[in-house]
Amino acid sequence: MLKITNLHASVGEKEILKGISLTVNAGEVHAIMGPNGSGKSTLAQVIAGHPGYEVTSGSIECDGQDLLELEAEERAQAGVFLAFQYPIEIPGVTNAYFLRAAYNEIRKAHNQPELDPIEFLDVMEEKLTVVEMDASMMQRSVNAGFSGGEKKRNEILQMAVLEPKLAVLDETDSGLDIDALRIVAEGVNKLKRPDNATIVVTHYQRLLNYIVPDHVHVLAGGRIIKSGGKELALELEAKGYDWLLEPVTA
Amino acid sequence: MTPTATYSDQFAALAAPAGAPAWLPALRQQAFERFTTLGFPTTRNEDWHFTSVAPIAERPFKAIKPAATTLTASDLAPWILDPSWHRLVFVNGRFEPGLSQFSELPADVEVATLSDALRESPEWLSAHLGKLAAFDAAAFTALNTAFMQDGVMIHVPKGETVELPLQILCLADAQAQGAAFHPRLLVVAEAQSQISLIETFAAIGGAEYLVNAVAEVTVADGARVDHYKVQQESTDAYHVSAVQVTQGRDSIYHSFSFAAGAALSRANIYTKLLGTGSEARLNGLYVLDGTQHADHQTFVEHIAEACASRELYKGILDGSSHGVFNGKVYVDPEAQKTDGKQTNKALLLSEQARVDTKPQLEIFADDVKCTHGATVGRLDELPLFYLKSRGIGAETAKALLTYAFAAEVLETIENDPLRLALERTVFERFTHASFE
Repeated sequence: MLKITNLHASVGEKEILKGISLTVNAGEVHAIMGPNGSGKSTLAQVIAGHPGYEVTSGSIECDGQDLLELEAEERAQAGVFLAFQYPIEIPGVTNAYFLRAAYNEIRKAHNQPELDPIEFLDVMEEKLTVVEMDASMMQRSVNAGFSGGEKKRNEILQMAVLEPKLAVLDETDSGLDIDALRIVAEGVNKLKRPDNATIVVTHYQRLLNYIVPDHVHVLAGGRIIKSGGKELALELEAKGYDWLLEPVTA
Repeated sequence: MTPTATYSDQFAALAAPAGAPAWLPALRQQAFERFTTLGFPTTRNEDWHFTSVAPIAERPFKAIKPAATTLTASDLAPWILDPSWHRLVFVNGRFEPGLSQFSELPADVEVATLSDALRESPEWLSAHLGKLAAFDAAAFTALNTAFMQDGVMIHVPKGETVELPLQILCLADAQAQGAAFHPRLLVVAEAQSQISLIETFAAIGGAEYLVNAVAEVTVADGARVDHYKVQQESTDAYHVSAVQVTQGRDSIYHSFSFAAGAALSRANIYTKLLGTGSEARLNGLYVLDGTQHADHQTFVEHIAEACASRELYKGILDGSSHGVFNGKVYVDPEAQKTDGKQTNKALLLSEQARVDTKPQLEIFADDVKCTHGATVGRLDELPLFYLKSRGIGAETAKALLTYAFAAEVLETIENDPLRLALERTVFERFTHASFE
């Protein structure tokens, strides 16, 4: 589904990603772990098309489509979703309006009819249960005044509504208490299907107790320095990152 | 003909309204002499540094005697926020009783047009009219005082709460071409009373005219006045207004100024916090395009102790429009425990749009908390990316974020029908989609 080949990306003069290659197949969950500053969040944002990063070489393909050719909104329409580490507040625009606007843009891109507000209510009713959110949240402004947990649940709600092929969760566990973490993780698990895939970017193993990955990759210094199965995450939890980093700096 | 000479002939021809008290011609005369001495302000005047009123001075705007309007209630519908509210309607400066309704006001609340009040309660009027809106240094206020034709006088007695808002709608249509209007508003809210006012200035069609409005508002001890102004004049028109407020102990004055119309507009909103524990909130939003120019000047005088003032002004500027915000705060040596906060933010949607912003703080007390902040900028990349990452196209994303910028200040409007109407206006203007 996703094929990243020798990806290099920079901010200004500074190269952050230094040759990433990664293949994610439908039905899989991949975890990207690594110390702070390793480039994990950059990778997530580059996949989604963040304008602040320049891809200097390499490629990202999704189902054969060259993502680097597409604007961020076109990537979303092609089925890519990024759950933000720091979701943005949009005062005055209700969650209901925002979600329906996004939903309809994606339907339009697939030549499907748009839904009016009443029809969309039916869609939302079901989606809200995925993240145990109350319908009253729909009338609040997008993320404005939301708690950290509410913001992350709102990200997963958007994912539930937009039904992406490829979801990238950027540090979705950061700042969550254990209950919010469980709700968010269960939401992600409910949305898992044989025809979609998930990349979980995280610093800690904690989230992976709930969202069990098929593959774990360790990113450091802009490169994947180790890949393995879910047991690699447990090993990192026990031993930290240092034992992996030494050979790189040696 | 010099700009002031245009008005001299008119002033000479001005007849006192039938039954007007003797003090009125004297007040007018004094005001007109002052206007002649001052002349129109120039950009050398510090208070008018960023706003040239030459286009007003150069045009020979004249007082007119409009015919009774042929407009009907349905023509007014776009501006009537709630048909159940009290309202006074003026069309081309002329009071239209048939389109107005204010007979359901509490019996002891007095609301009258200026001409009626001059006949019915001249003593009360002489004690209040012209007492707050000083014209010794304010040419437009002097001009208004010399020429004030009609307006609204409101007296809310002690302890009375006017439950429904009162809307004053000033409409201009094609008849207004070339005309000058000098509407006057006088509000006296006695102790512990409450009233909510909405002044709406709007146009049907695109005439070129001048509105030069003056309002005087007394908010006595423990009283509360909510004062909203919606300025949607013709974009060929000129609009100048001055509001002078005084506040007693523990009083509350909330003002909101929305400006989207007029080729050139200036709004002065001044309040004096004379009583301990009083609170002023002066908020506003201006939305400009083309070659429009809008200038807001606020002045909060903290005279008494422990008063609070809050100001949030926002502007959205497109085309080659020009916005000005000048926020003055004075804290008297006696005004300890003052709590003042002023914020103004402008969003520029084009390369040619321009904003001048000048916070002026003069603080003479030592135990005070006063802050101010100003930002001028464009839409941030990150929120745009957030919306785009959800599949929303760049144009729609920009429109939604522009609306969101405005919504932050519109949300402070406590009057729901007005807030919704302005949210709808701004939303539809930028998104070209219908507001839900």
